[in-house]
Amino acid sequence: MLIERKWKKWLYFYLPMAAFIVFTLFPFYWMAITAFRPDNELYATWRQPNAAPLWTLHPTLEHFVGLMKTTAFPTWLWNTMAIAMVATGISLVCGMFAGYALARLKFRGSEFLGTAIFITYLVPQTLLFIPLADIVRDLQLGNTPWALMLTYPTFLIPFCTWLLMGYFKTIPKELEECARIDGATRFGAMVRIIFPVAIPGILSAGIFAFTLSWNEFIYALIFMSSADQKTVPVGVVSELIRGDIFFWGQLMMGALLGSVPVAIVYSFFVEYYVTGLTGSVKG
Amino acid sequence: MATVTIRDLNKKYENGFHAVKDVNLEIRDKEFVVLVGPSGCGKTTTLRMVAGLEEITSGEIRIGEQVVNELPPMDRNIAMVFQNYALYPHKTVFDNMAFGLQMRGYAKADIDKRVREAADMLGIQVLLERKPRQLSGGQRQRVAVGRAIVRHPQVFLFDEPLSNLDAQLRVQMRVELKRLHKRLETTAIYVTHDQVEAMTLGDRVVVMKDGRVQQVGEPLELYGRPANKFVASFIGSPAMNFVEVSIGGDGVAQTEGLRLRVPERIRSRSGQRVTLGVRPEALRIANGSDQDSFTTTVDVVEPLGNEILLNFRAGGVPMVARVDPGVRVKMNDSIQLAFDPQRLHFFDAQSEAAL
Repeated sequence: MLIERKWKKWLYFYLPMAAFIVFTLFPFYWMAITAFRPDNELYATWRQPNAAPLWTLHPTLEHFVGLMKTTAFPTWLWNTMAIAMVATGISLVCGMFAGYALARLKFRGSEFLGTAIFITYLVPQTLLFIPLADIVRDLQLGNTPWALMLTYPTFLIPFCTWLLMGYFKTIPKELEECARIDGATRFGAMVRIIFPVAIPGILSAGIFAFTLSWNEFIYALIFMSSADQKTVPVGVVSELIRGDIFFWGQLMMGALLGSVPVAIVYSFFVEYYVTGLTGSVKG
Repeated sequence: MATVTIRDLNKKYENGFHAVKDVNLEIRDKEFVVLVGPSGCGKTTTLRMVAGLEEITSGEIRIGEQVVNELPPMDRNIAMVFQNYALYPHKTVFDNMAFGLQMRGYAKADIDKRVREAADMLGIQVLLERKPRQLSGGQRQRVAVGRAIVRHPQVFLFDEPLSNLDAQLRVQMRVELKRLHKRLETTAIYVTHDQVEAMTLGDRVVVMKDGRVQQVGEPLELYGRPANKFVASFIGSPAMNFVEVSIGGDGVAQTEGLRLRVPERIRSRSGQRVTLGVRPEALRIANGSDQDSFTTTVDVVEPLGNEILLNFRAGGVPMVARVDPGVRVKMNDSIQLAFDPQRLHFFDAQSEAAL
């Protein structure tokens, strides 16, 4: 009986789990291994004797050095970081206030407004960049970090607002009622009670917003033209694919280094982030 | 310390629901008043209007001499205990209790003194450094009460504060609240749907239904002289038995299987139908001298130790009698019961008002 159960657990739990993990992580593994593989191994065929397609026999840092020396990668990294942080900051602040208002204040048209904000999130960026390009040009922001810092919030604010609105709704309204009786104004109750309680939700919104800005491609491609203004996703693709030549090693090294900050951010806040998404505050 | 005066208070929500209708109440200084009624009766809405958490549609609320209709909650000098305690989850017990004082700019030493005083009073000194999630339900309840008393407000408002506790703890906290009120001598308004809580805690009890006040009175007054059938049925457990009877010209009320003489004041209703109300304890096992007795068959016997509840049918409706624990009765026994003529209630069959 016990043995049968163990066997079943392997079949129905561990095996699918393992398959899932391999499936999810393999691209990352491939990226990492390619980043450290020397060029002669990279471009050799698998049928060659001693070929080792799944690992490398001569790990090298040549792509790292190449990336740092021949491209503006450190600048891209810095650009991406600064833009993602500012865009996330703007969006979080707006999202917190808007989300609170939509969750708590009853005013004429509040539901319509909530839906309208959500709909703006559904407008694809591939459509939105055309009018936005016009605005960016009129404001003479093209090819400056502000072009992205101010356009990313167009999709981040609706996103943060909705995520936070949902989170604020799970916080019992008695908490702020009590604070208001205790002597806080509505604004004071929001800032002193609701926001601190909503930290898991705010952090999840922040992480999501940060990741979305970090990985954003279309706006960055269109609004930034000079190499020293580019972000990692655009820089890597536009500078390391020359014509029909792919610099695979450097591409993968760039992608690897580009994903590290996001991974670090996630790992720091993973607990908050899970509570943030599953919600619920107990009084 | 303050009185609370409520005049012609109304609350109508935007969707047209009229939650509170023409409520008038005069709450005396230091008085403990309980608002009781079934859910949706408007008791909580009334309390929230006093707190300033709900806008008033029409009418006036005064705390002391001041009209507070337009005052924000923070300026009303009240404290409220919520059903779910509403403790700030990110603050320690100490900070929870200190928050109201901090907001009002008290000095640090003063805050410390007041919080410790209140914590002593409630026996929660050892919990001061904990977070709410590390507390049991009863402890949270105490902290919520503590947070209310540190500020020495003019009025305490309680919104079903004991509903989330288990039965045993509820009884214990009930006694503590009563003791606390005696000690603090602060005007208190307490909302509950539990009539036992209402009767045990209130100096006076306000029974509400459908947004209207049905009766205001001391607990025993409500029990002994209910103003209408609703109050009679709501107060008391097991509930009062009701049966429709017709009044004959000879001053005798009857319905199938029941016959009893009615008091003088009911005789003028001869030829009409009225509702007779009998509390379970106003029924007893008949002895030979009882005139208004009837015979019935016991459906269910509920021995509770200090008393026995007998369930039976009479006059075509199910009824309950509360009898002495010494009485030996089994299911399906035929028994003879008598009404206590001094403790009969009569209600108008249409308006349900007491006669």
